[in-house]
Amino acid sequence: MVLCVRLRQVVAFAGRYPLLAGVDLDVAEGEVVVLRGANGAGKTSLLRAVAGLLPISSGEASVLGLDPVRDARALRRRVGLLGHRNGLYEDLSALDNVRFAARAAGAPKAAAGPALERLGLTGRLADLAVGRLSAGQRRRVALAMLAARQPELWLLDEPHAGLDASHRHLLDQLLREAAAGGATVVLASHEAAVSTALAGRTLAVAGGTVVGGLLADELGPPTDHQVGPPAGQVGAVSREGVGPAPLAQAGFHVA
Amino acid sequence: MRQDEPASLGPALPFRPLTTRALGWSALAALAVTAWWGLWVSPPDVVQGQLVRILYVHPAVATMCYVGFGLCALGSLAWLWPRTRSPRWDRLAVAGAEVGSVFCLATLVTGSIWGRATWGVWWTWDPRLTLTAILFAMSLGYLALRRGIDKPQARSLASSVVAVLMALTVVVDHYATSWWNSLHQGTTLLQPNPTVHGWQLATMLASFVAFGLVFAWMMVHRYRVEVMEERYEDELLQAALAARRSEVALLEPGGPGTGWAGREDWAGDGPGRRLAPAPGSPPGQAGVGAGALPPAGGRPEVGVR
Amino acid sequence: MWRDALVVAGKDLRIERRSWVGLNQVLPYALTVLLLFGFAFDQDRSLLAQAAPGLYWLAVVFAGLPAVQRSFAVEAADGAADGLRMSGLEPAGIFLGKAAAVALQLLVAQAVLAGGVAVLFHSRLAGPGLLVASALVSTAGVAGAGVAYGALLVGLRARETLLPLLLAPVLAPVVLAATQAWRSALGLSAGPGGGWRWFGLLACFTVVYLAGGVLSFGALMEET
Repeated sequence: MVLCVRLRQVVAFAGRYPLLAGVDLDVAEGEVVVLRGANGAGKTSLLRAVAGLLPISSGEASVLGLDPVRDARALRRRVGLLGHRNGLYEDLSALDNVRFAARAAGAPKAAAGPALERLGLTGRLADLAVGRLSAGQRRRVALAMLAARQPELWLLDEPHAGLDASHRHLLDQLLREAAAGGATVVLASHEAAVSTALAGRTLAVAGGTVVGGLLADELGPPTDHQVGPPAGQVGAVSREGVGPAPLAQAGFHVA
Repeated sequence: MRQDEPASLGPALPFRPLTTRALGWSALAALAVTAWWGLWVSPPDVVQGQLVRILYVHPAVATMCYVGFGLCALGSLAWLWPRTRSPRWDRLAVAGAEVGSVFCLATLVTGSIWGRATWGVWWTWDPRLTLTAILFAMSLGYLALRRGIDKPQARSLASSVVAVLMALTVVVDHYATSWWNSLHQGTTLLQPNPTVHGWQLATMLASFVAFGLVFAWMMVHRYRVEVMEERYEDELLQAALAARRSEVALLEPGGPGTGWAGREDWAGDGPGRRLAPAPGSPPGQAGVGAGALPPAGGRPEVGVR
Repeated sequence: MWRDALVVAGKDLRIERRSWVGLNQVLPYALTVLLLFGFAFDQDRSLLAQAAPGLYWLAVVFAGLPAVQRSFAVEAADGAADGLRMSGLEPAGIFLGKAAAVALQLLVAQAVLAGGVAVLFHSRLAGPGLLVASALVSTAGVAGAGVAYGALLVGLRARETLLPLLLAPVLAPVVLAATQAWRSALGLSAGPGGGWRWFGLLACFTVVYLAGGVLSFGALMEET
């Protein structure tokens, strides 16, 4: 097993406010991990620290075998981050935005069209200035930017926010495909159903630390947006009886 | 006093109180001597009359202004250079800029008074005067920039870059203003080159010593204030870190809507809620928290194909 | 670095072509400044003709400030600055690309401004080579200095007011040297030789700021 993300006692500040207060996190390559926690728990900061956007004051961090602070530039070509905000240029069309993202990351410009199509943005929608699109459509443009880049590590902050049921399903599919293709996915969400649909490992975040894995029965019943196949079929292997008991139970979601 | 400070409180305060106090008193004494010699002992000048007395303030003040900005540029350059990077240089830079600005304003005011008395105008487009005015504007911009950035590392970086760029601009400015002045023939009035001798020379030297001491005293104290601020921020950081960690404690058993706490699977050893070491794991792994995968040995295959 | 600069400049110019915010606002503003100079000098024709180069370069600096602010407002609007950091583009390339886009917009604005100066202030042309060369070099310098300081201020609270405070004193030598170069190009001062000397000074300034921006932009983008 190769670790894609490895954090040990990572502390990060915003001014005097500690965003991360000593985080330990391991994510294996090809894994899907869902971070859950209340607002302000540190989910966003955790994603930003992994992306190398948040300077780490102390602790060890290694992402894709690189130091996210020292090797930031080399790392970022291989990492895709979807933040709270979409990072779109309002005046450019969806196609122009995705093309720019693809060219900037060294991916072919031609990847833009199929990526937009994959997220259901075709025809007039692709040529309209992004500022005139709806919130959900803009979210999809931002996701298309990631899809065009095909990063090795996907970091997504509340990617389901603003999407309707069918596009949530589309997003889940996209992420599962990426993971099946060898990419690693870490996403933050406060919705229980997301993790069930994605069949990922769920970790709880609170007080700027990862406090533990959630047990399957705590995830709550699946809500209406879970249209995908049950988790067990998508790839989560049952881990009962392997490894130390607490981790097998708590660290991984068992379908 | 500084020996019994706990190590966690950040950098130690530089300079012993005795040093700073001696510096302050000698600066005061030198100023008194300069004032006494300059106002009573030294005679009026043959050419300039009583006006010569401003010579006992203006040149020394102007020199200290340039020394201050020079130290700021030097500190910024040393901070930017990776091998010499240290918060010390940043403190030197901010102290130099701030004290330099004070002396720069004094230079402009005394220069203007002198100009009014000798040439009858408060301002003339003399290259050095123009350059000093631009320098003053730049230093205010530099200090405003420092106030605008909260993150210490970002503040040091941005202000160092600005200081170095501004220092280079001053070089360009120097040539620009002196060439420009050579086009304007009207300002050959300014030839501050009087033959100074006797008491005048002695008083001028005294003024350099006095303002040099005042400058050093201000620098030392500004530097100390910067260190104190860092120590204060360190303390706040420690407190904030503890508060942030204790947020987890709010989720203890019976707390709002969480299920993992209180289960015997989870060893509750303090606010970090560390996981008990996995059986058979090396002792060094004991501190690994909940987000980490199990250590090698009992490590299973990952869940997603 | 050059490829990344092209990508970024292309993106910025495409935004400008789609929105026309820069030219639609910067250009009328610069022309209004010229008119205001006319009021300030009370239609004194000979005085205006004498002062034309200086007023022109002041107008250019005034136009440069909003152009630089716009260049970074575009990045700040939707968290695109993070996107730019995550894009994998080389910081030096981003700097040069953004500076090139600002410079190009400024050159377009200057073409109109120069026409305005010629008409409003009755200027005559003596050395077109010097005029164009010094305009190009000083525009590159203004754009380089502007983008370097703009990057510095991206994450700051009071950046709209801080940018003029930082940039104006730094652009003082450009105003001075470009004005002198243009005076000699417009036949207002003796001989073009002195003009070329000013051109050299302008080139020094531009090189300093472009080099400073290329060297420091990466670190500035990370920290602020």
